[in-house]
Amino acid sequence: MSSSKAEGWGSRVGLVLAMAGNAVGLGNFLRFPVQAVQNGGGAFIIPYLVCFLLMGLPLLFIEWSTGRFGGKHGDHSTPFILNNMARGSLWKYIGVFGIFTNLAVAAYYCYIESWTLSYVWHSIAGTFKGQTAEQVSQFFVDYVSLGTNQPIVFWVICLLLNTWILSRGLSGGVEIASKVAMPLLILFGVFLAVMGITLSAGQFGAVYDGTVGLNFLWTPNFKSILEPKVWLAAAGQVFFTLSVGMGSIQCYASYLKERDDVALNAMSAGWMNEFVEVVLGAAILIPIGVGYLGIDKIIEVTKSGGLGLGFRVFPYLFQQWGDVLAVIAGVAWFGLLFFAGITSSLAMGTPLMGFLRDEFGWSRETSAWTFGIATAILGLPTVLYFNQGVFDEYDFWAGTVSLVVFALVETIVFAWIFGINKGWAEINLGADMKVPVIFKYIILYVTPLILLFVFASNLVSDDGIIATISHKALKAQIAAATDSNTVKMLQDKMWYLNMSRLLLLGVFAAITALVYIAHRKRLREGWKHPLHK
Amino acid sequence: MQSSALIMMLLTNLIVIGVAGYFFFKVYKTPLKDIDEDDANFPRGG
Repeated sequence: MSSSKAEGWGSRVGLVLAMAGNAVGLGNFLRFPVQAVQNGGGAFIIPYLVCFLLMGLPLLFIEWSTGRFGGKHGDHSTPFILNNMARGSLWKYIGVFGIFTNLAVAAYYCYIESWTLSYVWHSIAGTFKGQTAEQVSQFFVDYVSLGTNQPIVFWVICLLLNTWILSRGLSGGVEIASKVAMPLLILFGVFLAVMGITLSAGQFGAVYDGTVGLNFLWTPNFKSILEPKVWLAAAGQVFFTLSVGMGSIQCYASYLKERDDVALNAMSAGWMNEFVEVVLGAAILIPIGVGYLGIDKIIEVTKSGGLGLGFRVFPYLFQQWGDVLAVIAGVAWFGLLFFAGITSSLAMGTPLMGFLRDEFGWSRETSAWTFGIATAILGLPTVLYFNQGVFDEYDFWAGTVSLVVFALVETIVFAWIFGINKGWAEINLGADMKVPVIFKYIILYVTPLILLFVFASNLVSDDGIIATISHKALKAQIAAATDSNTVKMLQDKMWYLNMSRLLLLGVFAAITALVYIAHRKRLREGWKHPLHK
Repeated sequence: MQSSALIMMLLTNLIVIGVAGYFFFKVYKTPLKDIDEDDANFPRGG
């Protein structure tokens, strides 16, 4: 199927660090702590860990083993990995999600990544020194409004960096990047966690002790466990934090040898993500934020997530630590966010590269550049029209809906179509740990039900799929608007959102067409379906 | 800190650090398997 040189992982540690890097992202530091404080504090960890065991780990087992299975047949992306697992022509087109989602998410994710790189630079350059809180906040607003060409410059640098690393392959590029980025990320995280936990009222201008924030985050409200929305939030957080449902895990795992372990690798990568999220992530944003702003202000600032706190507030808070520590803290905070971002975006590039190399014999360099250019073209609207909601629209369809749909389908395919006995045998083939047999039944019955619950909730909630398709919130805003300028602005926003959807649909259709062309090419070359042999 | 918050935090952190550390140590100690004669014939695309 492929005429290219063999690709592979250089070491097991490198593989696990790369997989953990794929999972560890900005959400570990910006999303988890906010979800916890909004959903029962310390009690949130109970539904969170339950969902990790019943949904997160099973999905990791499914995706790792599915990927290795595909690699055995020379396939390194989900269209033909799924095609090998089931009869019928439908499955390779379902597998398109595993390329589309990565490309569409990378399109806007690389932009956020470029912000973190830019803020590392600004921390070193002392840009925020002497600025008031309002000025620091306004800096971010001006930045994303493209007041200068800096956002574009840093974005292009990020894209070039991703492309270059990807062009060097797995062991020569991705693995090396992960071996550098992940330990540094953990080091920076430990430093900031210690600073957050040990913060004292009166020290460095802090109003409250760091433990006040820890208390706020970890005090358990056990009654919240009875609320379905808390379980939905927990399932959602586990889902997004592990980067499952994207197709990138399958791609990474497809470069394993047939009898390489997937069970222990999956466990290690998954739990490493949890270490970064629950231990480090929970010890930075909220303790430092509450230490300076107090609980009420943090609740207000984090209503729409942790991005605002992380970019619009933290640079000001770090300035209170003195000139030297402000630079170190800024580099550490935005540096760890950058490392979290780039290890994820690199993973997003590999499925498209795997597909192009497998099906059309493209070189690693050409495939990497194709990913880079495609990401740039698809991502440009999120950069230019950020304030028109294009970024959020991509995040909703690619980073929320697409993941859940694909995860649900791949779980059903693995357990019910490929067959749980074959699937279970695949998970345990070459395993370096004994996987408790209860997971066989969890994958068969429990995980699909949880995913169905998540999908159904996403479908019907007030800001869910149906409401978003119909622009429910935007139409309500238009109806409530009293001046013609506001109405025009909102109608323009609706136009931008509709164009974004068309563009994403177009990308999905284009990848589908490529899969069809690849399939016809395979048939001409005499390819036989493994299940028909 | 309230004792309930402290207990939740310490218990959770100990479990996560312990389990993550255990599995990573196991991975560190167990290298990838060498390719054998049978595997050498499987198509390894890239």
